[in-house]
This record gives sequence, C-alpha cells and structure tokens, in this order.
Amino acid sequence: MNPPLLKIENLKKYFVIKNGNSFVAANNKKVVKAIDDVSLEIFQGETLGLVGESGCGKSTLGKNILRLQEPTEGQVFFKDKDILKYNNRELRRLRKEMQIIYQDPFGSLNPRFTIGEIIGEMYEIHKTDREIDKLSEIKKMLELVGLDSEKYNSYPHELSGGQRQRVGIARALALNPDFVVADEPVSALDVSVQSQIINLLMDLKKDLGLTMLFIAHGLNVVRHISDRVGVMYLGRIVEISETDNIFDTPAHPYTAALLSTVPDVDVSLRKERIVFKGEVPSPANPPSGCHFRTRCPLATEKCQLEVPKMQEVRNGHYVSCHFPLGADQLLKDVVSNL
Amino acid sequence: MDKILEVKNLVTGYQGKNTFVKAVDGVSFDIDRGETVCIVGESGSGKSVTSMSIMRLIEYENGKIIDGDILFNGENIVEKNNYEMRKIRGSKISMIFQEPLTALNPVFTIGRQIVEAIRFHQSVKKKDAYKQAEELIQLVGISDPRTRLKQYPYELSGGMRQRVMIAIALASNPQLLIADEPTTALDVTIEAQILDLLRKLKKEKKMSIMLITHDIGVAAEMADKVIIMYAGKIMEVSSAEDFFENPIHPYSRGLLESVPKMTGERGVKLNSISGSIPSLSNVPSGCRFSPRCPFATEQCMNQEPVLENFKDRQVACWNIDNVLHDHVKNQKDTEVFQ
Repeated sequence: MNPPLLKIENLKKYFVIKNGNSFVAANNKKVVKAIDDVSLEIFQGETLGLVGESGCGKSTLGKNILRLQEPTEGQVFFKDKDILKYNNRELRRLRKEMQIIYQDPFGSLNPRFTIGEIIGEMYEIHKTDREIDKLSEIKKMLELVGLDSEKYNSYPHELSGGQRQRVGIARALALNPDFVVADEPVSALDVSVQSQIINLLMDLKKDLGLTMLFIAHGLNVVRHISDRVGVMYLGRIVEISETDNIFDTPAHPYTAALLSTVPDVDVSLRKERIVFKGEVPSPANPPSGCHFRTRCPLATEKCQLEVPKMQEVRNGHYVSCHFPLGADQLLKDVVSNL
Repeated sequence: MDKILEVKNLVTGYQGKNTFVKAVDGVSFDIDRGETVCIVGESGSGKSVTSMSIMRLIEYENGKIIDGDILFNGENIVEKNNYEMRKIRGSKISMIFQEPLTALNPVFTIGRQIVEAIRFHQSVKKKDAYKQAEELIQLVGISDPRTRLKQYPYELSGGMRQRVMIAIALASNPQLLIADEPTTALDVTIEAQILDLLRKLKKEKKMSIMLITHDIGVAAEMADKVIIMYAGKIMEVSSAEDFFENPIHPYSRGLLESVPKMTGERGVKLNSISGSIPSLSNVPSGCRFSPRCPFATEQCMNQEPVLENFKDRQVACWNIDNVLHDHVKNQKDTEVFQ
C-alpha cells in the first residue's frame, strides 16, 4: 500500500455551548465533543469514505483536517509535517495542496462573480509562481469537469445544480491539489445528475491521482466510490476498513444495523431490517462508555463502563467494540441467539 | 378491487407573467383501496404539484387546476367548493410533508396541535380529545405520551416530529394518506423507522398510501405500484415487482441504473442519463425525455407519445420494441463478455 499522505492523531474538537442565559456563571458550560479522539490515516491516491448519521461529526472532521476550523487538540500530519503548527502564511501556501468541495452548489458560489472569475480567483489568491495563461487555464478546467468553455461568462444562477457542482469541483482542482475533501458533494443533486458527478469524481481521481476524503450519508454512493470506509458515530470512528470488508462483513453492530436500513432497489431483497431502537443521543450528553450502547442490541454492563479501544479484528479492519461480530456472523443471528 | 382515487387527465400549473406554466400536464392514474402507490420523480417532475392538486391546496400556492377530474370515492374533488373541501381534507384524505419542523406550529404544544386536528372533524370534548391524542401518539411509537403532549416542536428530534405529523394525519382515520417525501429530511436509520411505521399503520388501518419520493430505493421498499414522472408527465406505470425486475421506459431504466447498488461491482462507471432536467417553461417538443434519451428518433422529437397499455403496465414511449431489444442484446453481450 502507498504511504500515508495524511495522518491524523488523537484529533479533538470541542465546542462550548453557553447556557443560553448569559448571566449564568461560566462554570456551568457544557462541552460538545464533536470530534472525540479520532486517529486515522489516508493513503496516497486512495478515496476514504466517511459515513455516519447527521451530527456524528463527519463534516466537522473534514473542516478540521483542512484547518477551516481550529482543532482543540491533536495532530494532523500532511506529508509528514504537522500542519496544526503552521502559521497563517504557511497555511495559505498549504491551501494550494488541500482543497474542499462543498455540498450546496447554490450557496458555495458567489452569485456576483462569473464562472470564469470564480475559478480565476484561485490563481489570483495563490499567485502561482510562473506567469500562466489564466484564461486558457480556466477554460481547460471547465472542459476537464465537462462544462462548455462558453460558460466562462455565465453567472451561477444561469446554471443547473449539476453544472454548479461541476464549477465547485473545477475550482477545487484548479491549483492541482494533492488532497481534496469532498463534503457531501452529491447529496443536493437529483439522481440522474448525481451519477454524472460520481462518474466525474471517479474519472478525475484516476486521471489526476487525487487523494480524497469523501464525506456522505448515502451508503450506496460511498460504497461505490471509496477504497476504504470509516464509520462515525457521535464524534468517534467506530469502524474502519476496506470497502468490501465494511459492506460484506461488518464487525461493529452499528455498521451492521446501518447497512440493513438502506433502501435498495432490488425488490427481491425486501429484507428484514434491523430497525434501531431510538435515535442518536444528543452529542452534548453522550452515553458513558461506548456511545452506541443505548441503541445496541448486544450491549452489556461492560459497554457502559469502558470506552472500547480500537482493535484490529482482521487484516486492516479496525473496530472499536467490546463484542465485535465475527467474519461469518450476522447481527440478526447474534441477536436472535441472545 | 375498487378504486379510492382516480385522477383523469389532470392539468395543473402556475400563471407566469406572460405564459401559463404547466407543472402537471395531462396526468392520469388511480389508486386502489389499501394500495401503496409511489410516485417517483426528480425535481420539477410535478409529483408534489399532483399531490397538492388532489388536496386542492394548490390554489393556496397561486397554482390552478385548469383541466381534468380527480375522483375520490367517485366524487369529483375539482368541483368541490372550499367548505366541502375542508370536510374532506384532513379527514378522508390526509397529508404529511417533507419538513416536519416547518409543518408544525412552533408556538403551540404538540398536544394542542393534535387535539385541534381531532376536534376539527369530530365533536368531542377537549378531555376526550386529549385521550385520543395520547392513543394516537402511542400508535406512532412515541413513548411517554403525557410528557410529549406538553412539549413544543423544537423539543423533539426530526424523526419524532415526523411521527407527530403522522399522528395528526391519522387523527380522523383517513382513507387515503398522501406522504410527500416523508423521509427525505431524515437519517437512514430514522427513515427505516418511519417507513416501518407507515407500513404497519397501513395494515392496521387499511388505508391507501400515496407516497411521493425522489428516492427509488424507498419506492422499492414500499410500493405496490410505481408511477414514474418526468417534467410533468407520467412515463411509466407498473406494479413494483415488474418495474424493478425490468423497467421499460428509457428514463425509468436510466434512473434505476444511475443509482449505485449495495451489492455487486463497485467503482465501475455508472450508467448515467446525460444532460439535465428541462425547465418547465421551456419543455422540449415531442417526448419530453427525447433530448436525453439514447433511443430517441425523429418521431420522438416531433410527436408526444401517449401513455399506452403495454402488457400489464402503461408506458409512454415510441420505441418500446427497440428498448426491449437493446436490453436483450446487452444481456447477450455481457454473457459473451463473461
């Protein structure tokens, strides 16, 4: 396997919530652990998919890796350098190499700029070393993402959602970055357009050798595009492995149950779902021990007392659970045997 | 089986500055008693406008039904006046919406809103209505009804709010429940809970459900019958089993193929539909799907196909034979390839 391009160690991001009443003393503050001690590696040239329910911290993780938010604690190594120690000037230089594609193609483009200006801004801000022919460069980018170069003079409102998302991608790739965070890039798009963008991202990854953190809640999309997948729950990574392992032999009960809830288009598979009890607890007040224990059918007293450690159950397959499922075990069998 | 709802040649739209934009253009279908019909379409396909027309709520959104009949239990809804309509709406036909937060009134407690719905259609004492509300709220799977009824919408999670919406919709035992993207704003695990609930309620209450969704996976989970809409027209009507086994209309096929699957090969190029959804103020001539259709001929560009019976289903396409033939050919190709 390729060496890691990005390495995250014990990353934490805590948000302090004030009690609403500003007269309440400061010691009454509550802390939301949006990212609670996350460590992971992203290897050169791979796509790491990150899935989880809303509020699990997957977007926050993406932003903290890029330092669009400042992490509370931990280390982020990009090409073996700890980028959390970078000052503003170094950080700006780093931005050329790390970019982000946002979810909402309507909110992330400035309505007063033309498409050419939106992409061209990248070259201006990052004053690329040599004099480049900006115009032809921008047109090349537009063609790369499958847009007519005539669109150079259009404004965002003249484009459809899918076209706007292509502009967002062109902007992120304009400076030829090594690493891209794609934060729910297809969630806001219609199905027929969604597949176009998925195809585009896969092509670009292959052609440009991109390394990508692909954040999404659509499990089928993540399965299709990722080399490895991490599953998050309430600020922690509960399972991470190669995509086929995650989808074929999930070891964490949460992953197993999550997979069973996905509606699939195969009617013959109208399957018995493992429907969760309850909902995601509030991140401001997570359960003790294993965060998932309140909804887990296998939970015992141990889960309440001890935070499970990340352990390698199979080759390259890490899970943080006291009672991981075996390779040939199905959650519903384990549950019915209880 | 007898039909609870028959929609005949419905034309609904909005008056623009100069032109009348038809959001639904000649749509006909029917729903049997106890049947779940899923209307699937992308944005702008007219699926929500169809449901708003059936509820006659479209008038409150500046829309207008300009042609067609909607027969509910044999009575024509289109001819009803406001007063008569209020007796049907919420009592015989109920509706739940996509956004459970905006659909509930933030300044009233849950209990008050459910009681209001009950007392609107039945003359019962407040006390008895509260008792009914408690039963309803338990029916939709919310525990501790006493406390819940005293809470405000903001105190509940998205899934809970949707359950409350369903409770309100069920307050007067409707014969038809229209659910407009009921799970789109929810996480997959909560989506599974809500879909399970709808299935359970349908069986218990023996009602018909018209489910509007953009997610073909949800349709595969729920539907007895599938209706595919595109740019204000119905493209295909079929039983769910037939449809998911072998969709006929090129748009249906494209739609199914562009969704990444949960089983099978990953990372391959998705079969996507080229181009984007047309604007309703400027629909293509002939078949509306023709500019994006791989099978389009000259006839498709000029003449609009009608929804015609084909075996057990209805399809609006000029080239059914070609499409089916191509399917067979493709299968042979892959066999050879394997």
